[in-house]
Parts: sequence; C-alpha cells; structure tokens
Amino acid sequence: MVDSSTKQGASRRAFLKGAAATGAALGSVGAAKAASDDPLITEVQDWTSGLGDGVDATPYGMPIEYEGDVVRRTVEWLTADQISSINFTPIHALDGTITPQGCAFERHHSGAITLKKEDYRLMINGLVDTPLVFTYEDLERFPRVTQTFFLECAANTGMEWAGAQLNGSQYTHGMIHNMEYTGVTLRTLLEEAGLGAMGAIKDKWVYVEGADASSNGRSIPLEKALDDCMIAFKANGEALRMEHGYPVRLVVPGWEGNMWVKWLRRIEIMDRPVESREETSKYTDTLADGTSRKWTWVMDAKSVITSPSPQMPIKHGKGPLVITGLAWSGRGAITAVDVSLDGGVTWQEARLAEPGKPMAMSRFYLDINWQGEEMFLQSRAMDDTGYVQPTKTQLREVRGLNSIYHNNCIQTWHVNANGEANNVEVS
Amino acid sequence: MSKFPKLLIATAVASLTAAPVMAEKLGLGRQATEAEIAAWNLDVFPDGSNLPDGQGDVLTGEEVFAEHCAACHGDFAEGAGNWPKLAGGVDTLADEDPLKTVGSYWPYLSTSFDYVRRSMPFGGAQTMSNDDVYAIVAYILYSNDLVDEDFTLSKETFMSVEMPNSDGFIVDGREETEYGAFTNRCMEGCKPEVVKITKNVVFPGDPNAGAVSSETAATEVAPSEEAPTEAIEAAVTFDADLAEKGAKVFKKCKACHKVGEGAKNGAGPILNGIWGRQAAAVDGFKYSKPMKALGETGAVWNEETLSGYLANPRKYLKGTKMSFAGLKKEKDMAAILEFLKANSQ
Repeated sequence: MVDSSTKQGASRRAFLKGAAATGAALGSVGAAKAASDDPLITEVQDWTSGLGDGVDATPYGMPIEYEGDVVRRTVEWLTADQISSINFTPIHALDGTITPQGCAFERHHSGAITLKKEDYRLMINGLVDTPLVFTYEDLERFPRVTQTFFLECAANTGMEWAGAQLNGSQYTHGMIHNMEYTGVTLRTLLEEAGLGAMGAIKDKWVYVEGADASSNGRSIPLEKALDDCMIAFKANGEALRMEHGYPVRLVVPGWEGNMWVKWLRRIEIMDRPVESREETSKYTDTLADGTSRKWTWVMDAKSVITSPSPQMPIKHGKGPLVITGLAWSGRGAITAVDVSLDGGVTWQEARLAEPGKPMAMSRFYLDINWQGEEMFLQSRAMDDTGYVQPTKTQLREVRGLNSIYHNNCIQTWHVNANGEANNVEVS
Repeated sequence: MSKFPKLLIATAVASLTAAPVMAEKLGLGRQATEAEIAAWNLDVFPDGSNLPDGQGDVLTGEEVFAEHCAACHGDFAEGAGNWPKLAGGVDTLADEDPLKTVGSYWPYLSTSFDYVRRSMPFGGAQTMSNDDVYAIVAYILYSNDLVDEDFTLSKETFMSVEMPNSDGFIVDGREETEYGAFTNRCMEGCKPEVVKITKNVVFPGDPNAGAVSSETAATEVAPSEEAPTEAIEAAVTFDADLAEKGAKVFKKCKACHKVGEGAKNGAGPILNGIWGRQAAAVDGFKYSKPMKALGETGAVWNEETLSGYLANPRKYLKGTKMSFAGLKKEKDMAAILEFLKANSQ
C-alpha cells in the first residue's frame, strides 16, 4: 500500500508539472499524460477481489475510519471544565449545508442530560386560558412542520474580538450548525392553551426553560414566539441527539443559540421578561464606554471560507482550486456572497449552491486558477435586507473590543506560496 | 430604555409557508395542577415578585457558601481556576479587561436569587432550602461590599439592595447604529493600497496541542520496570455490570471529580486508583486539613472507609472540602464502590 500511494503521489506531481509547463489557462488544458502506470488501476486490489461487510455489520452506521478526524473538538482551556462547556463543529471538513447531528457542536451549561420520552412533560402556564401539560405522545399528535434553520451560538467568533486567536474555521466559526427540524409550531401549542384572555400580544413575553440543572431560562417576545418558533423533536429526519436536547428542544429561527432551549419543559406567557442569568450576566454585549446592550437576539449576516483555511491547507499545488464556505443571516435569506483574494481591496461574487433560504445556511463556491501567489482570503455575505457583512474594524468602531458576543466580522485567512493558511488581521 | 424592543420580524415570509392552520383546539394534553405549576414555576422578577418565604443572614451565608460554593467560587467569592468570580470588579466595565461579577455587572438582584435557587450548587441543583439560598445571596452581596455583615436578606429587605450596574444596560441598538451603516458593497479599489498583516494568530497550531503534549510526556515518564508487577498485585476483581450502574451514579460526582484516561484534578482530586490508596495521596491536589490528617494516620480507601465517607462526608470527616450531601441509597453505594474499584485496575 505504501508503494502504491507513493507512486500515486508521483503521478500527481507529474500532472501538475505537466500542467504548469504548458502554461495554459484553466479550462483549456485536459489531463496531462501519466508518467507511469498506476498500480491502483493496473493491479487487482484486495477490495476488488474479496468481499466487504455484510448488511447490519453496523446497524447504525458511523463514518468510515478514514474520516475519524472530522469530529467536534473542544478547546480545553477556554472553560473551567467540560460539563459547562462548548465544542466546535468541524465546518472546515464539511460541505453542502446540512450539519450531521453527530458532529454538530455542543454547548451545555450543566451537561447533556438523559431524559426518556416517557418521563418527558411540557407545561404551558402563565397568561393562557388553561394551563396545560403535554406528554411526548401528545406533541406527536399536533399538525407537524419541517423546516431548515441554522443555530449559531452568540459567542461564535467571540475569541476573535481582541485579535486573531485560534487557527481554524472550526474554532473561529464552529459554534454553528444547520439542520432540518421537524416538530410543531409554538403557535399551535400556545393556541391550544388559549390566548383569548391575555389581551394584546405586543407587550407579552414567553419564558422558556429546560429540564436540566442549568434550566437556561430565556424570555422571548410573544410576537416572535407566534411568528416562527417551533418545538422540534426530529433533526435531519431522526430523533434529536441527547446533546441537542432529546427528546424536545425549542427552535428560535435566526436568534442566538442560547434561546433554543434544550430538554424544553416549560413555556410561560408573562407580561414582562424574567431577566434571567442568561439574558443579563451573559449574552449581553459590553460597549467601549462600559454600558452593555441587552436583548441582542438576532444573529446578523455572516460568512466564512471553510476551505482553504488553517486546517485545510492547499496540498495539491498550483492550478484549479475550489474556494468554498458558508453564509447565513438571522434577518432573512442570503442573497449573495463575495470573495476577496487580496484582503478586501477587490471582490468578486461567488456562486451560491442554491438560492438562499431565510435563516438557513447557504454554501458558496469560487473556482480559481491558483498560481502559488500569496492570498488574503475573505468572504462577505449579503442578505435580503440589504445588509453587507462588516469588517472587524467597522464593528470595533461601534462596539469597542469587549463585546464578546455577536461578532459577525469578515474573517481573513493568509495563504502563503506553500498553500498553508493562517488566521490574521489585515490593514 | 424603552420598555419593549421594536421587533423586526423579517421572517413572516419564511414562517408561514408550511404552517398548519387549525380551525379549533385539538383537546390534547391535560390541565396542569396548581402544585405542578408551583413546583416548576420558580421565576423571580426584578421587582422581587414571586420570591418565596424565608430569610438568610450574611454570617449563615458565609458558612453555607463555604460548604456548597467555595470549592469553585473561592472562600470570598473571588473565584477559583476558570470558575466564575462573583465579587469585585466595580468600575472596570470600560477597562481593557472588565471583571464582570454579581456586584460589578448583574443589573438585578432577583437574577442571583433565581439562578442560585434553580441551578446551584453545580451538580446538586435544587437541593438547598430557600433559607440557604437567601443566606448565600446575602453573603455574595457582602463579598461585594453591598451590605453590612449584620444584613439579613428576605422578601422584605430584598428591594433595599442597590445593584451598582442597574443602569448599565441599553436595549439592542443595532438597528440605529449599525444596519444603516453596513450597506456598502464595494467591489473595486475598496482599500487605498495593498493590505499588510497587522496581527498574526496568537495560537498558531492545534489549540489543544500544548495540553496534549504535556500529558503525553507525563504518561511516557510514568511507567517503570516495576509497574507491571505492581499492577498485578493491585488488581482487584469487580462486577462489570454493577460498575456500569456506578458510572451513572458517578454523575453526581463528576462536576468535581474526574476519572479514566486523561483525567486530571478538578475541584476534587482525580479518582483513578483510589481503591486501596492512602487518603490525601494525589499529587498536586490541595486537600483540606482534616483530609491530610486522615492520610497521615495511614487510612486507606476501601469498602469500609469509602462507604462511610460517601454516606455522609461531613459527618464522617468534619471539615472536609467535599460539598456533597451523601449517598442515601444502598444500591447506589454498592454501584459507585464497584465503579471506583473498576477504575483502580
């Protein structure tokens, strides 16, 4: 095996050499001549003559061992321990837009609890006509919806406020995932409990809390709750994973991940917010003068190039290069993504894999012919409100250096002649 | 500050495309009882409404805090390790490195009470009496110089406490300060000249690399030629099924204690190899005085000593730092002992 892979490498180098020698522009040159026969082709391989695994070898399939690096990773020293902590989605190694549940980032405040469907109860109380308790089975009998949304932690890219900190899109932008959720709209459940007696919707709130020790209670304006929130019991077609709130979590499209309460156990309609720990002491954005913004719920338009990036250097040498990344906006659909190769002096529009969907991730591609030149790669997202993703400098001018949360600045990767990429800030 | 934010719901287009329309209620679920609502509805509001009966003074709070909170938050609420500091930091919010604590940052006292009552202590949420919660919050206020040492916190005194940063918050102003400004989609000549690097990455490699290499170094040094014999002598037989049940019981412990491969000391010492080991013998862990003294007597952790200690830690060893109420069920005790045995192979 060692032999054949060496030869394979040699033939690739030969291809690149051949391509460079012709000096031809991208698109006008076909595959170069192979220098030697590739034994992977000319020799019968074990996997071709023998047999593979039978069905049911893995009743629930995991990625093949060669993909073992594509996993969530934490940064141990960021938090006091691993129970109230965070890890990061390996966005650098994924493509498309859907995040598989098994590698979608986790953020727990008191650990991921195990809660059986049989033991699950959801209470709706407060200013409703009748306070109700639902079992899990009850929830499955309501009319159902399915929609795709991104969930971004408010602290995603938070480390980067002060400077370029962590070297990889997984670590700088990996507190995000994008899944197709199935469940019931929150409106459906609230109307079942009755909204007749409470009066105007405008000045009301819902308080949502989880069944874990953190409770993670958050106050959400009732207007938002009735507009597009849902309670989900499936993600990407299968039951939620325990780390994402099995059996039921709240979905708050476009708003910070902390509000998507996991193991959701209670929804209370009230005439004011609770001002809980997670909406006062945390998830608030301190400005340069020491005052802090609260109720900064929406996640503004943002994008990042996932490859090339520090964990995804260019290994194939000069020639065709696919630049790709993700874009999303909590205020609507992504309409366009621009990419700059020179640190923001000039920009070109990238190709969206599909038209943007509101509050869901978009995938973009830019195909270039890289000739080994130094690059300062940046991407910039636009959404259907006309908003253009700002630079770090623009954000700092408004907010200072201590905001921590809601950092949606343009990210720069410096790519050198060897194809290695590093996280930098530029002039 | 307006009482209510102006909400921009940009989402109506997205939301209702596939939403079901129901003509009437489905009659699912059942009415919640008053006792059920009372059990779960612990909300306390900034004006103190919905506070429970009870009270607690600063001096009681100091004791309760030492018992339940100090392992992570420090004796004086100054914080330990990476755990949150609860005191200090007033007037630092505009500094380069602000210190955000209950005293310097939290706008409402209700938030502290609400959070401590629901979620603390870490790993033992909702096990404290309301009096103890009042006392702890009183002590946190005292640590922040916000009340005197003879202060008693209760429903009646709650609103007399002034929080230093109560006027320090404004409602999200991005619509006014940012959205109009962030609209320029420049395509050419967007910067006057060729860009230069102004900051390089602070952690260039794998951010965990430092930690990993030092661990590897430690394990590489550890094994000696005698190790295999020692291991054989120390081998203990254990019931794997019971140990597995013990792993579940261990959830009560794991906020402070780590076990298994790569485990390190946390708020409590690492428990690998505890079975048959002398008390207070983990290197680098700061034990309480009584625990050190116990170790000096040659006491060893075995079925008898561990079950005695874990049943009621503070009764077994007065002055222990371990803030654990104790295992009540015999079943749980048997399982956790088996689990600890299994982790001492």
